[in-house]
Amino acid sequence: MSTLIAATILTPLVSAVLGLAARTRTRARDAATLVGLGTAAAASLMLLVRVSTEGTHVVRVGGWHPELGIVLVADLFAALVLPVALTIIFVVELFAIGQRRTAWGANPELAGPLLGVMTAGVSLAMLTGDLFTLFVAFELILVSSYVLLTHQGRRAQIRAGMSYVAMNLLASTLFLFGLAFIYAATGTVNLALLTERIPELSEGVRLGIGAWFFVVFGTKAAVFPLFSWLPDAYPTAPTTITAVFAGLLTKIGIYAMIRFHTLTGMDRLGSVMLIVAGVTMVVGALGALAQSDVKRILSFHIISQIGYMLMGLGLFSAAGTAGAILFLVHHMPVKTVLFLVGGLIENDQGTGSLDRSGGMAARRPLIAALFAIPALSLAGLPPFSGFVAKFAVISAGIEAASIPIVVAALAAGALTLLSMAKIWIGVFWGSSPDASDGRETAPGNRRTMLAATGLAVAGTLTISLFAGTLFDLSLRASDDLRAPDSYRSAVLS
Amino acid sequence: MSLALLITVGGLTSVGLYLITARALSRVILGFTLLGHAAVVALVTSGGPAGQAPIVGATDGDMANPLPQALALTAIVISFGLTLFLLALAGRQQELSGDDLVEDDLEDRRIARANRREVDGHEVDRHEVGVS
Repeated sequence: MSTLIAATILTPLVSAVLGLAARTRTRARDAATLVGLGTAAAASLMLLVRVSTEGTHVVRVGGWHPELGIVLVADLFAALVLPVALTIIFVVELFAIGQRRTAWGANPELAGPLLGVMTAGVSLAMLTGDLFTLFVAFELILVSSYVLLTHQGRRAQIRAGMSYVAMNLLASTLFLFGLAFIYAATGTVNLALLTERIPELSEGVRLGIGAWFFVVFGTKAAVFPLFSWLPDAYPTAPTTITAVFAGLLTKIGIYAMIRFHTLTGMDRLGSVMLIVAGVTMVVGALGALAQSDVKRILSFHIISQIGYMLMGLGLFSAAGTAGAILFLVHHMPVKTVLFLVGGLIENDQGTGSLDRSGGMAARRPLIAALFAIPALSLAGLPPFSGFVAKFAVISAGIEAASIPIVVAALAAGALTLLSMAKIWIGVFWGSSPDASDGRETAPGNRRTMLAATGLAVAGTLTISLFAGTLFDLSLRASDDLRAPDSYRSAVLS
Repeated sequence: MSLALLITVGGLTSVGLYLITARALSRVILGFTLLGHAAVVALVTSGGPAGQAPIVGATDGDMANPLPQALALTAIVISFGLTLFLLALAGRQQELSGDDLVEDDLEDRRIARANRREVDGHEVDRHEVGVS
């Protein structure tokens, strides 16, 4: 199993190096990237199967004791989320290959290799067993995201990139300070040892550390009021890049939060988290309603949906954490697909603005269908995966008798549906605008793009098909996180 | 824990935070550099009292804690790279607009425009604020 763990981190890195070396030799570069990302995704799937049957597996890098060295821990939570994340990156790279010749595409010489670096960072962030390696993994992901966001050097990208970089850099610096606090208080940054030592600290220190990391991970996850950089930065990047960002980046913040705050038993922060979650959901959904551009509406939805995951975590119950994990698994592919469809719309219309498009349901019924499925899923309508995930989170809220947050969740769901209807009316209904104003509609390789999007939609449908199994796995993962004894003994023995 | 180091951390942090609120990118970058230094000093401080160089077999008496030093080194390398990236961004900004000031974000400009429209009473083309 150690080979599988190593493969998820190392193969994308190697493929990134090969891809950069191949430079303009398109076929070699694409082959290197696809093989690297595909291997990592396949390895993570096998990891899920092995971990769910054989239990947590631990790799001590270099053979050091966990107190001194780096450990990689494949527990059920990591093994469940990782395949989803890596499959998404693989699909997006396929889409990027189809889109490369269009004005909306990313520079192919950089996009593939940098996605490889990002994949390695994502795997490392999910598998790592200590907070400092988590910091390094965050940096790996962020540095590649900085470059992906700004590499075309357009004016809007530099403007939005600057606030994006500054915000994340501040969060990273706060992360470092937090590590110093934790090390000064406990003498370790290893998560397994922290599960033992943090509960022994005095109440004030414990809550201080918990609140500090809530801010750090909350900035990465774009929770209220730390979200303003997101809707500004995401829509300026090329579609494929935005799709990866939307599917993964904020979710890594939530992932880290679920892992850290649940393992160290920060139940006392629950009520603060619930308040933040409620405001995040409603503000994100209202923000989406006020926009008139497909990508900006979808960007505000990201914020709103983060609220649901935070709600599941903030309940600090077995069902709540399981709901948050299931929501994470559902949300990543659905959000990515929606942005990919947004890319197809832009390709076809030459714009993502609702005012200037229309009539696509008649001209491109396939794209309309590809949009409708994930859109209804995101709004939480049965029988799609969003319904199952929302149902899990909300029923956990009812179980915990937190009525205000349940009401906020339902209201935000209705608002989400409303803004999806806004996209549908603006883009797919109505009459086609005249295409005579000289806009660019370079088609790219539409077949590859449609195939990649179709594949991803099929993936989201699979999630709703296996919702029962996934919920059982989420419940097991949340039980493991909430009773950290097994985690601790697996790492330390 | 030495008081001098704590004061250093506090001083660097406050100067750094002050600088990153500036509008000029060159100041923001300096601010982040100082903040990064503050975090690194804090990491080193968290390792406990100072001691001799932590080399096995070559030191007798109290060793300094080597682990936070290793962490601090990693953090230094990362912040070094990021400073360079920020400088490149600021350079590109200067190329595009002739100065290195941070521009208003889209929502700010929208609200300002909506205000102006109400005051002036004339309709502004709604498309020009959209993201292209």
